[in-house]
Amino acid sequence: MNIRGDFPILQRTSRGKPLVYLDNGATTQKPQCVIDAIDDYYRLRNANVHRAAHELAEEATALMEAARTKGQHFVNATYREEIIFTRGTTEGINLVAQILSQRIQPGQDIVISQLEHHSNIVPWQLLAQRTGANILAIDIDESGDLDLQDAANKITSNTAVLAITHISNGLGTINPVAQLVQQAKAVGALTLVDGAQAVLHCAIDVQALDCDFYVFSGHKMFAPTGIGILYGRLALLNELPPWQGGGEMIDQVSIESSTYQNAPFRFEAGTPNIAGAVGLGAAFDYLSELPMQTLIDDEATLVARALSGLKQIPGVRIVGEPQQRASVVSFLMDGGHPNDVGTLLDQQGIALRTGHHCNMPLMSRLGIPGTVRASFSLYNDETDVDTLLAGVEKAATFL
Amino acid sequence: MTLDELIDTFSFFDDWEDKYRFIIDLGKELPGLPDAAKTEEHLIRGCQSQVWLTYEAASGALNFHMDSDAHIVRGLIAVVLIAVQGRSASDIQQLDIEAIFGQLDLLAHLSVTRGNGLRAMVARIKAIAEHEAT
Repeated sequence: MNIRGDFPILQRTSRGKPLVYLDNGATTQKPQCVIDAIDDYYRLRNANVHRAAHELAEEATALMEAARTKGQHFVNATYREEIIFTRGTTEGINLVAQILSQRIQPGQDIVISQLEHHSNIVPWQLLAQRTGANILAIDIDESGDLDLQDAANKITSNTAVLAITHISNGLGTINPVAQLVQQAKAVGALTLVDGAQAVLHCAIDVQALDCDFYVFSGHKMFAPTGIGILYGRLALLNELPPWQGGGEMIDQVSIESSTYQNAPFRFEAGTPNIAGAVGLGAAFDYLSELPMQTLIDDEATLVARALSGLKQIPGVRIVGEPQQRASVVSFLMDGGHPNDVGTLLDQQGIALRTGHHCNMPLMSRLGIPGTVRASFSLYNDETDVDTLLAGVEKAATFL
Repeated sequence: MTLDELIDTFSFFDDWEDKYRFIIDLGKELPGLPDAAKTEEHLIRGCQSQVWLTYEAASGALNFHMDSDAHIVRGLIAVVLIAVQGRSASDIQQLDIEAIFGQLDLLAHLSVTRGNGLRAMVARIKAIAEHEAT
């Protein structure tokens, strides 16, 4: 099944050549139905949500709350109140790190991994600084898989939080998150899974994962930028304090003090990104009508084709050979900095990312300055792969 | 090579391949810096590639020595050097490096999104010229 036609931007050219968009790890393109939903919202229904007593506000509120319910189904949450709208993965992790401040004792461990994106490192460092906790990172092996022995050593009764990525944005490693969550729960730790790279590449089931928090961004799953979701276990959310104060999140306010609403509104101060939520709702609808498993399998075939093709090009070295991989292929070329390769591919209309991918600890662990990263989505096709391979062969003649 | 010769050469390139092969060759000819000079102090950090810069001022002229870990950036450094090497601080202050990149259709490399340290390098050269002029 080919869904390319649903994404208008894929028809454009780049540097005078047909666009080959392989930077989906950074952000995905938007289908016409999402663009229409945002357009329709602003043309016909724009109003502030949850407060005004008029028809427009009712319609806007209904659209936004419908998106919440769709989000609940997308991650298979038990309650719709467990779905909190955020600006994206980064804000979701910062929110959790903030509201856990009172829960962390000095000397406790916050366990992350060597594969984490900066947004699943820095908020925990800030929390550690506030609370006197330690940061421990689960090591990886040479192929880019988590060292599970090291995980077992680091997840102990001293662990307060385990925060781990579902799929690595730098190498594409699919982590055994359910197993790690189980280990963390067994020692009484709270668990957060960073699903930023996972949302279009595997089915998300927070009940099966049994994690306390799951975070992801809309823009990496065909929805607009500036909207994302934090899933949190409801009983836990209602025990935790708010992180931002303002309208919408309160129950009663006096000059001296306030009482707060329960989740999700407790964590949604101020006017939310309504248009973003509406666009996200449209993206959930779009995905729900697609044969997801077929598309995910097709994407995996493309990734395998790219991998085997790249390995046949002299001077190309694949970075990371994880046992289970999704979407991402990172590589280096002999005699060329990733930046050189990226520029030479860009000139051929091939959009991908070069650099450290917000994975500086991972890159320094691997002893490299960065990689060239091709990251696939459900609309990529064999032509994209073959153009990439031809482009890399051409780039090799320059270096 | 003078700046005019460089602009003249570029005007003969009719596709990106010739232009980038030329830039990469310029980069390969760049004397660069010995590893000992590639210190934190001389580093201009880019998100993707790095640039190192040292200079000396002698009898009114500034001489720069620069290097990068990426070929294309080295080539672009060579382009900048053609424009600034051996000139006076006040000349360099007057120089519109961005306009030169515009003429060579290389302006994209100075964009903030490139993260290759070039924009910061141009700013550093300007700051050195200002410092030496006073």
